[in-house]
Amino acid sequence: MSTTVATPAAQEPQRTDKPAKANVTARSVAENRLGLRLVAPAVILMLLVTAWPMIQALYLSMFRYRLTAPDDKEFVGLGNYATVLGDSLFWQDTFNTVLIMVVTVAVELVIGFAFAMVMHRIIFARGLMRTSILIPYGIITVVSAFAWQFTFSVNNGWVNSWFEWLPWIGPDTNWFGDHWPAMFAIMVSEIWKTTPFMSLLLLAGLSQVSEDMLEAAKVDGATWWQRLFKVILPNMRAAIMVAVLFRALDAFRIFDNIFVMTKGAQDTESSSFLTYRQVIEQLQLGMGSALSVLLFLTVLLLAWLIVKLFRVDLAQARGEG
Amino acid sequence: MKKNNVGTGVGFVLILVWCLLPVAWIISLSFKSPEETAAGSPQFLPKDATLQNYRDILDNPDFVDALRNSFGIALIATFLSVVFATLAAYAIARLEFRGKKAVLSLALAIAMFPVVALVGPLFDMWRTFGLFNTWPGLIIPYMSFTLPLAIWTLAAFFREIPWELEQAAQVDGATSWQAFRKVIVPLAAPGVFTAAILTFFFAWNEFVLAISLTSTTGSRTVPAQLSYFVGPDPFNPPYGQLATASVVVTVPIIIIVLIFQRKIVAGLTSGAVKG
Repeated sequence: MSTTVATPAAQEPQRTDKPAKANVTARSVAENRLGLRLVAPAVILMLLVTAWPMIQALYLSMFRYRLTAPDDKEFVGLGNYATVLGDSLFWQDTFNTVLIMVVTVAVELVIGFAFAMVMHRIIFARGLMRTSILIPYGIITVVSAFAWQFTFSVNNGWVNSWFEWLPWIGPDTNWFGDHWPAMFAIMVSEIWKTTPFMSLLLLAGLSQVSEDMLEAAKVDGATWWQRLFKVILPNMRAAIMVAVLFRALDAFRIFDNIFVMTKGAQDTESSSFLTYRQVIEQLQLGMGSALSVLLFLTVLLLAWLIVKLFRVDLAQARGEG
Repeated sequence: MKKNNVGTGVGFVLILVWCLLPVAWIISLSFKSPEETAAGSPQFLPKDATLQNYRDILDNPDFVDALRNSFGIALIATFLSVVFATLAAYAIARLEFRGKKAVLSLALAIAMFPVVALVGPLFDMWRTFGLFNTWPGLIIPYMSFTLPLAIWTLAAFFREIPWELEQAAQVDGATSWQAFRKVIVPLAAPGVFTAAILTFFFAWNEFVLAISLTSTTGSRTVPAQLSYFVGPDPFNPPYGQLATASVVVTVPIIIIVLIFQRKIVAGLTSGAVKG
């Protein structure tokens, strides 16, 4: 481990020696240079694997280019984009992805907040609680997908026998035989795996809400719900925004669960899955690149929307409170 | 107050069930014999518990190769990523330089980047550079995608370190190397370690690039190998063996979580709240 941290300090004497001799400006110039030098490797690495391929994708998306027939590479301009945007499959998959994102994030926000409340209040077995909540977080998504696929399996799953008392579930209910049950199973796996992350972020926000303020609200006769909506939630808006932003964009990339559980059958394909299929299975690099660019733009738009939305929302909440 | 405690207790039990039931389920499934799952076995616990699946899976050369690849790739990517992230985070936490904000924003943007969008161009580039289906072919992108998390976590930790202690030690007669080794390293180590754990989790879990940029068991990692492990009949997967493989790859995660739970929670939330 010491080699890991040794390097910044090796530069250290150089930094502290400087100000003694030179004036303030020279010092800040040196500091500036050292700072840039220290972040350079990380920045280059991050750009090398994202910006450069993205430019490549932008270029390739203008071509009809199939890897199995590289000689037929042909410039088509924005043709690939027109094809994609005019295809109902693209819109179906985008709709699926947005639906999964909205439903899972909303459910996770509620369950995650409930978890955070319990973790915040609990005074015994905190270690046990932390350990168990971190297991879904750490588990491989593919493993989670298998666990839930088997849970919902007709022959080998326990859902059908445990929940037989519900009117719409029988011993022969085939969860992966229809669109909505399959979507449900996929969302359950996604929610199970990522709620812990959400609850930990919310817990961090919850622990910053001042106890005095809550006590004051209580003394003033605020009910539990009033305290929740007028004191606790407005005071954790930063934590909520971070949690929603991270989780929403993460949910939008959903791929692993769908790949394992349905392989896109029953119209459960997501945008990521469609892109993957075009590139890796069909080797349509041109079309796939157009999808990649669209996916990237959608994520940018989403991030912007979430940031905007929350600001507006919070301003209103403040006005009301 | 009493009512609250009951609620907390019930919530506690519910959280434990929520988190551990699916894990208990794959463990139980891993002890069911192939005959039992082939015939259909909807009950939770196995009829006759057997270790057959564990013997089969650990004898399966593809799975053992994938385990080796996963450990190798995840550990190397983690090590390199943490080294670079430490340099960058140190600069961000301690130095004033132009472009500091830009670096943090870039890291944030990359943390949210849709990985699938890179699969096509990377696939193309890696084949040209001879990186397709190699360890470095996965290690490089894993480093890039774990750097943001590592930088944010480490910068948050480094900001909390009382760096004046270093000067204080030097005033007391320590050399700058001693001051660094005896004062700064012990203070920074927990943060570096936490960043390493989170990075390792990412690399151990990653799936999209693992299936797209590999083609043989020479570099395929466990998540990718598992998804190819479906068997001849897609409607009747080898439940027991898949569950067993899942249990095997979850063991390292459980061990890490058991030992370092406090650090992981601190690391996950530090960047989010203060950043």
